[in-house]
Formats: sequence, C-alpha cells, structure tokens
Amino acid sequence: MDALVLSRIQFAFTVGFHILWPAFTIGIASFVAFLSFLTWRTGDPVYRALMRFWIRIFALGFGMGVITGIVLGYQIGTNWSGFSRSVSNVLGPFFMYEVLSAFFLEAGFIGIVLFGERRVGPGLHFFACLMVACGTLISAGWILASNSWMQTPAGHVVDADGVFHVTDWASAFFNPSYPYRLIHMVCASYLTGSFVVAGVSAWHLWRGTHVKASRVAFSMAMWASLLLAPLQALLGDAHGRNTLVHQPTKVAAMEGLWDTGRAVPSLIFAWPDMTQERNLYAIEVPIKGFASLYLTHSWTGEVQGLKAVPAADRPYVPFVFFAFRIMVGIALLLIALAFTGAVLRWRGRLFTTRWFQLACVAAMPLGFVAIIAGWTVTETGRQPFVVYGHLRTADAVTVQPAGAVLSSLILFFVVYNLLLLAFFWYGARVAMRGPEPLSDETPNAVRPGLEQAGPALAGGAPAYSRSLAPGE
Amino acid sequence: MDLPLLFALVAAGAVALYVIADGFDLGIGILFLIAPRDRDRDLMMQSVAPFWDGNETWLVLGGAMLWAAFPMAYYVLLPAFYLPIMAMLFALILRGISFEFRFQATRLRRVWDFAFAGGSLVAAICQGLILGGFIQGVVVENGRFAGGPFSFLSVLGLLCAAGIVGGYALLGAGWLIWRTEGKTQLFAREVAHSALLLAIGMMAVVSAWTALTEPRVAARWFAWPANLWLDLFPLAAMGVAILLWRSLWDHHDRRPFLLAVVLFLLGYAGLIISIWPDVVPYHASIWQAAADVETLKFALLGIVVVLPLVLAYTAHAYRVFRGKTVLDAHGADAEAYGHAGRRTAALSTDLHLS
Repeated sequence: MDALVLSRIQFAFTVGFHILWPAFTIGIASFVAFLSFLTWRTGDPVYRALMRFWIRIFALGFGMGVITGIVLGYQIGTNWSGFSRSVSNVLGPFFMYEVLSAFFLEAGFIGIVLFGERRVGPGLHFFACLMVACGTLISAGWILASNSWMQTPAGHVVDADGVFHVTDWASAFFNPSYPYRLIHMVCASYLTGSFVVAGVSAWHLWRGTHVKASRVAFSMAMWASLLLAPLQALLGDAHGRNTLVHQPTKVAAMEGLWDTGRAVPSLIFAWPDMTQERNLYAIEVPIKGFASLYLTHSWTGEVQGLKAVPAADRPYVPFVFFAFRIMVGIALLLIALAFTGAVLRWRGRLFTTRWFQLACVAAMPLGFVAIIAGWTVTETGRQPFVVYGHLRTADAVTVQPAGAVLSSLILFFVVYNLLLLAFFWYGARVAMRGPEPLSDETPNAVRPGLEQAGPALAGGAPAYSRSLAPGE
Repeated sequence: MDLPLLFALVAAGAVALYVIADGFDLGIGILFLIAPRDRDRDLMMQSVAPFWDGNETWLVLGGAMLWAAFPMAYYVLLPAFYLPIMAMLFALILRGISFEFRFQATRLRRVWDFAFAGGSLVAAICQGLILGGFIQGVVVENGRFAGGPFSFLSVLGLLCAAGIVGGYALLGAGWLIWRTEGKTQLFAREVAHSALLLAIGMMAVVSAWTALTEPRVAARWFAWPANLWLDLFPLAAMGVAILLWRSLWDHHDRRPFLLAVVLFLLGYAGLIISIWPDVVPYHASIWQAAADVETLKFALLGIVVVLPLVLAYTAHAYRVFRGKTVLDAHGADAEAYGHAGRRTAALSTDLHLS
C-alpha cells in the first residue's frame, strides 16, 4: 500500500475514533450542566448524587476526547501537507477559532467541574458546567463549519497554484450544507447521550440498585429520546435533501442508483458492483418511487444516478451504500425504543418493565455506531475529492515513504484499542458502581457480586485514610 | 499594520506559554517515578490535575495558529518531523489519559504510573529532537519538505532533548516546591539541583554547538561589536541559574519556579534571536510564510477579542486551585474520585527507583 492509502486509513481511523468522544461529551456535558442547575436551584440530594456520578463518567470520556483531538490538528499537517497548503487560508482560522473559543473554554472550566465543587459555590459550579457544555457545542460549530466547507465550498477563489483565497467569510462559514450538518450532528450527539444515560440507569433499575436516582435519570433520558429520535429523522431528511442539491453523486451512492431517473425505487439490500455499474442481489422496497418520495418529496421526483459523472469522479459505492443503511436502521430502532418508552410510561410501567430495561442497556452502543456510519456516508461519499469538486484526495496527501505512515498507523491501532479497552474497563466500573447512595437507601455494597462498589462511597473518610503511608 | 509580525509575536507568546505551562506539567511526569512514595505521586498528580488540559491546549493553539498564520511552516515543518511528532502525540495520549485512568485504577495503578512518567519523558525528548532539527534547518525544494523520515535526527537534537528534559524537570520541581509541602517538597528541592545542572549545562552546550556548526547563527551572535548587547543573554542566564541554585532551600516557596520560568524565557529569547526572522529556518521568513492578509485580519479578531478572555478565565482557574495541594479526605477532590484513596496495602509500598 502506498502512503496515500495508508494516510487515508490512518486519518479515517483516528478521526472515527475521535468522533466517538465528542459525540459522547456533547450530550453528557449538557446533561451534567442541567443536573448542576437543578442541584443549585433545588438542593435535592438526588440531583447532586446524579450530577457527581455523571461528572465522573464525563471525565473519562472528556480525557479521551482531548488526547485523541490533539492528534488530528497535527495530522492534517504531517499527512496532508498538500491539503494544508491549499486550504490554509480558509480552514486555518476556523481551527484557530475553535481552539481559542472552545478548547480553552472547556479546559478553563473542566478543573472546576471535576475538582472544584467544594471550592466554589453551587452557582459558580453550574456556570462552570455550562461553560464546558458551551465549549463542546462551540467546538462542534467550528469543526462542522470546516467539514461542511470541504463538502460544499463557498466564498472563495482558487489561484493558479491551487491555493484557496477567501472572498467572503460569511458565505465560507455559513456554506450551503453547514446548518443541516451542524444540527444533524448535534442532535445525534444528544440522542446518543440520552441512550447512554438511559442504558446506565436501566442497568441499575434492572439490578435494583440506586433505584431512586436511576428512576429520575431514566425518566429524563426517555423524555429526551422521545423528543430527539423523531426530530433526528426530520433533520436527517432535510440534510439528505440538501445533499441531493449540492452533492447528487453522494446521494446516488447512498441509494445505489446508477441511472438517472424518475420514481426511483428504494433498496433494502444490494451489492453495488463498481465495474459492471449495476446492483447485484438487489431487494427493493415494494413501493414504486419510494426513494423519490423521501428524497424529493414527490413520487415521481428525478434523482441523478452515478453514471451521470465519470467513473473517476465516483466514490467507492459499497461503503456509502451500506453505511447509510446501518445509520437509518439504527435510527428506526431508536425511534421504536423511544416510542415504546412513551407507551410504557403512559401505562405506568416505565420503571418496572424488565425486558425494556435490558433493551435500553443493549441500545447504548447503537448511537455511536450510527454516528460512525453517518460519518462514513458523508466522508466517503465526498470522495475522490477532499474539497468537493476542487481538490482530489490524491493531490492532498504528503509525499513520504509508506513505512513512516505504516509504523504510525500500526501504533495508532494498537494504542487506541488498548485505550478503548481501558475506557470500557474503568467506565463500566464507575457506571456499575453507580451514584453515591442516598441517605435513605441501602448502599449497594451489601449486594453480592458488587464488591467493587465497596464501602468507600458510603464512608469516604475512613477508607481514604488507608492510603496514608505509615508514620504520617 | 505589519500583521505577520504581530502574529509572530502572538505565536511566540503562545509557544512560550505552552513551554512553561506544559513544561511543569511534563516535568512532574518526568520526576514521577523518582519520587520515593506513592503518596508523593498522588500529590504530584493532584497538583496538576485541574490544569493539564489547559496546558496542552496551548500546544493545539500553536498548531492551529501556525496553520492559520504561517501555513508554509505548517505544511513544511510538520511532514519534516513526522516521526518525532507522532511519537510525541502518542506520548501525550498516554500521559494525558493516565490522569483520568489512574484516579480510577486499583490493581493496575502501577501501569498508569509508568504510562504517565514514560509519556512525559518521551514527549519532552521528542520536543527536544524537533527543536534540534528546527535549529539545524530542514530540506526544502519547491516549497515542500524534501528530506527523508529520519532526516530530523541530529546530534543537536539529542543535546536539545537532554536540555528540555532537564528544563522541564526543573520547572516541575519548582512547581512542586511551590504547591506542595512536607516530604514531597523536600524531594522536589533535592531533585531540583540535578535538574538545574542538566538544564543549564545543556543550554551552554547547545548554544556553543549551534554557534560552531551554524555559520548563519554564529554571524548573528559574534558580529563584533555591533551585537555586544547580545552577550547580556548568556550572562543573565548564568545569573538566574546562580540565584535559582541559592533559592532552592530558602523560604520563598514560589521563587524557584519563577526563576526557572525566567531561565526558560532567556533560553527561548536566545533561540528567537538565532533564527529571527525565519519561521522555516534559512528558507522562509515570517513574511514569506504568512497567509493571506484577509485571513490574518479575520484571525486577528480572535486574537484581540477572545485571547484576553481565555487568559482571564485561565487565571481564574489557577486562582480557584491556589495554595498548597491537599489530598483532603473530606474535600470534593476525594469525593469526586471516591476510589482514589482505596488501595491495597501491597500497592502503597514504595517504588525504589531513586
């Protein structure tokens, strides 16, 4: 493999790994800020216990997000010097603004969120939580503006050397796909966060531990998912229609559509064969013009096919095609879960239906998978361009020996997977230990099989003194 | 207004802040395993835990600002230092995540001790190698890097690496003298001596080596008598080093750290004098490497409006966590990480590496 393919794999892997953590922290940061607000205004120990619990989980994910994010800012220069050279005038300031307005905001207040609850009052603690939550959102705002500009570039001219120069900052920032992509991504993060909260709370409800706090969190998460899951479907539809206008080839790849036509069918499954330019083993939805309906909102709307562009300008169709199906499939599942939760709540059985609790635990990873799938759709669907229609990925890469890239790629693969294991290990432990027991509840240490939960949380002080060295 | 000059000053300031802030942070990692007791390690880590993220953000800002303001430096220098940059990133990943995982760890805590210390040491060494390669200059053809993956390696880089490790350890020890007390502080005072000797020795060797092997640098420093005032820098560094040595046992706990910062700034000023006004040494000045005027104007808004805010709330965060670090059993620290105090007796025995 040459440096181009290796650099692409490395970037895809590192950015795909990184995106899990912002997706996680965007939702959880807002949840923590909300809990901190409730703690401040009501002083209710349930909210306080939940807030501290979710701060502990947030801290782990936040750390992963920070360290995997540093990598990306440098990798654009090390592996994609052609890209850096061409687009520095446009994207350089966006990245700089992201650091200045978002990363520092998070970094400046994360210490207070994690360690400062007793050093500052509840009001300032809430403010710190709010600033961290704002930081995660502002960060998404800048990075998605950069990404959207690469998808639908605007407000620029290209000179003879292939270097982009900005003529209009407003139209470069608010480029045509930006609003759709931003809202779709933020909503995805909130939805994923909701199902993480729901899953962890459902686990405790299922075990019968921390029931009081877990009911509160589970109820909040199910309300949020009931609002967000259908909303995300609407936003996804709007985003798809925007893509149809600006990147019709990507939509054709998503639908596995080779020939431009009206009343095009929707495929449940197929193997898009790139060389024969047709689908093998296709299974269609038995409704005529279904894809036309959801893409153009008309049974007979025209949709452009892949053959409308030369083969050299097409993305690798199977990636886009299958990733799109995974994303939509998960979306339907999550909507079904959210509605089931609403029905159970209406019947008064939300907190007692054990199969539903297990279903919510199982649904925890789905949001993350859907986000990765969605990114695969939009990023591989942009190929073979890195700046759509202007700069080819092959011209963006750093010319360097493949060995250098291969060595870093292998290390990334090993290190990131180890980190992921460690995160699951510690994250699961924190999550399973649950919030601090409320004074009127039995600490879960009395339950067999949960020694990890230990007596330390029931009485922090005596347990802590054990770490002092003799003679102190 | 000369925008490239302004951005060069801001970027130089950001790098200086990074080197000082992450310097004491990495320095604590370098000293981590030498510290005699686990309790020292708990204190050392707690003393920087609220700040490490902010400290590393200056590095991210450095990268982003280089891309925004001096893109040529970004797309020439980063590929030139591919391997040391990647190694540095891996090291920073390991040490950064150790903060989160070590607080949660029980049996595997020792693993995170080593990850934190090893990551800090490797990151410092890589920064030294990059600095050495930077001073030596990189191969550029047609406005792109044209060397090989190992062309960053140089004797100068190794010397710089030793100097950076010593300097960071010195900053870390200074921070510990300031922010801890008792046995941990005692350990910091003791170890600061060797760190100071290593740092100042390497500063002298690197300066001499650069002056002898880089005629362009030598010409600047030895242009008798026009640049006589430049001799003030090494003299000042010597003076500060002596003051620092004498301050290590006195009662002003903050002084060693502040003097270490001054020492770093003097060395940094020396570096800037050597290569000024180049941002890709011997190939492109800050004016040749600068981005479009439109881009600089747009970015300037962020510098003028947002950067002061950043400095203000960063200062506020340091204020909230001012004073000596405590592992208070009843404080929010212990409560937020209820697990940090739980450890089996076998693990609280000392590490005899010192």
